[in-house]
Amino acid sequence: MAILVDENTKVLVQGITGGFGGRHAKLSLDYGTQLVAGVTPGKGGQTFDHGDHKVPVFDTVEQAARETGATASAIFVPPAFAADAIMESVDAGMDLVVAITEGIPVRDMMKVKAGIAGSNARLVGPNCPGLVTPGRGEHSQGGCRIGISPGYIHKRGRVGIVSRSGTLTYEAVWQTTQLGFGQSTCVGIGGDPINGTSHLDALQLFNDDDETEAIIMIGEIGGSAEEEAAAWAGEHGKKPIAAFIAGATAPPGRRMGHAGAIVSGGKGTAQAKKEALVAAGITVAETPAEIGSALVEATGWR
Amino acid sequence: MVLTRGYAVHTFRASRAMNIHEYQAKILFDQFSVPNPRGMVAATPEEAGTAAKELGGERVVVKSQVHAGGRGKGTFKNGFQGGVHLVAPAEAAEVAAQMIGQTLVTKQTGEAGKLVRKVMIGEAVEITHEYYLAILMDRATCRPVIVASTEGGMDIEEVAEATPEKILREHIHPLMGLQPFEVRKLSAGLGFKGEPAKQFGKLLSNLYRLFLECDCSMVEINPLVETTDGRVLALDAKFNFDDNALFRHPEIVEFRDTDEEDPREVEASKHSLNYIGLDGNIACLVNGAGLAMATMDIIKHYGGEPANFLDVGGGATQEQVAAAFKIILSDDAVKAILVNIFGGIMDCDVIAHGVVAACREVGLPIPLVVRLEGNNVAAGKATLAASDLNLIAADDLADAAEKAVASIAA
Repeated sequence: MAILVDENTKVLVQGITGGFGGRHAKLSLDYGTQLVAGVTPGKGGQTFDHGDHKVPVFDTVEQAARETGATASAIFVPPAFAADAIMESVDAGMDLVVAITEGIPVRDMMKVKAGIAGSNARLVGPNCPGLVTPGRGEHSQGGCRIGISPGYIHKRGRVGIVSRSGTLTYEAVWQTTQLGFGQSTCVGIGGDPINGTSHLDALQLFNDDDETEAIIMIGEIGGSAEEEAAAWAGEHGKKPIAAFIAGATAPPGRRMGHAGAIVSGGKGTAQAKKEALVAAGITVAETPAEIGSALVEATGWR
Repeated sequence: MVLTRGYAVHTFRASRAMNIHEYQAKILFDQFSVPNPRGMVAATPEEAGTAAKELGGERVVVKSQVHAGGRGKGTFKNGFQGGVHLVAPAEAAEVAAQMIGQTLVTKQTGEAGKLVRKVMIGEAVEITHEYYLAILMDRATCRPVIVASTEGGMDIEEVAEATPEKILREHIHPLMGLQPFEVRKLSAGLGFKGEPAKQFGKLLSNLYRLFLECDCSMVEINPLVETTDGRVLALDAKFNFDDNALFRHPEIVEFRDTDEEDPREVEASKHSLNYIGLDGNIACLVNGAGLAMATMDIIKHYGGEPANFLDVGGGATQEQVAAAFKIILSDDAVKAILVNIFGGIMDCDVIAHGVVAACREVGLPIPLVVRLEGNNVAAGKATLAASDLNLIAADDLADAAEKAVASIAA
């Protein structure tokens, strides 16, 4: 049944009237996502129109949730207001909050992380492509797409994918689609140092999901989230895992694009991560072109 | 998972996030009432002389202002030894004249060294003890952590390695903030008593406020000193700021000194491109940070050396692609270019037009391998094929990397 979202999940978009949010709201509607509401303070009462869709816009998440029954929210608001938007969604009782916004100050995220502790909401992101549970229609239409991933590269299937990086996720998705395996759910957890859902969280969810038969984990240099996930999987993992770690050639002390991707003080290197993964029985792809073949090796699928 | 001791010290340490000079750090310290020695910045030997006279006393310290550590043990290319000097006020101008306009080489600058444009003239203080004090954002716990040690003035990573018990750590709850008991714990742990303990407490509280209000990812004082006249002072400081938060700190952005940065990176940042220069000869242009890192990795895997990290982002325009090509080609070491685009939402044909236009504009003196995948890829490939440019088309990422490496070998 996939994780976190499925074709019945009712989604609202915070920042739906902005250029970026609006564009991706349309793509999600085209994909078949149950996008039931938009939220933009001051624009309550308007509708967001796309083809036959007329999505009502509300001033607050609380109103949107009450009127439409939305349980998941996608955040497309600018960095300066994103922390507030996340907390508004949590306050309104959303089960899932997906923060797409790139560039949220670390201090804001630190407070958010502490502020949502103890709530029932799960935060994914920020600075992430979001998540997709592919549908069963042509080009995987009819699924749930929250965020900015290209829907058409997916195929409903049996691989769960979790990744810190956007375009690298698409590589993994594309390779598993071409191999015919398809995906149960793809989760982009984002490239920031402080995020809501970790590799470990995603592995645990996939581990318990009937539809997911194997897992692809894509990590990158910096921090120790991949090692922690691997340590857990080595002990509790019930499913084959293939992985790729980006950044083997990144020089120490330089931040490689993502705020979290930095090797410093000899910690968080690609080599150390690969070793931890291999020690946990995970098949590690040497190059990003071999993620699909690493999965074949891990599963024995043909 | 329990992280090894010393981990938190390193977390953000070497981040090439925005740096500031020592004299700018002093401005922030003064603003937040973090006690530090009196001092003035000088851009000429005359200014240095005037500042030294004003400070008075028997001795003043003359410090080169560059974004690099190890200044004291550095050597100027003119042969002058040491980027930090303790001298009589009357000699300050003379020493400053040996530093200003000269290139200082330290263990952190590399052979190229750094041009010293300014010096700071500071009050010389008599020290009874040196401590280490830092506050940084710890990603493992998602909290600020205060790191302190009685072993100041030395390389803290070596202290953490050799005598981990001498490193004190206090994680601060993000919503509670720094509590008085936490200050007392650290103060006692460092052995402060009486009046200096009060001074340390006040300094730490103010420093924590500075750390938060200025959105620092790290502020490190090494050494923090106790003086013979009973003062507790921040003697030297290193700041890193969270790039994501600079939008709310125009006063800190003002501190940016682009003379201290790689000119290619400065140019890239003007076009909102994420570029980092490296030592290899195969340049890459990629959308997405993760894929850009992975592209560097696969070049290396096939025996090549990446010349740069370059993420053009998710919505690159033709103008940005052209700017990226110019920056790449300004590096004489570059012998081939690999363009790797997975156009998820981005239209591959738009990218193809951007590449063609950029090549026409800036010329293409070296092999260019292009791998396009994703949205509207057929049209993109057709656009590239129809151009009369000498492009090498690649089917997938492995193919692209192999062809790029081969194009140099040939």
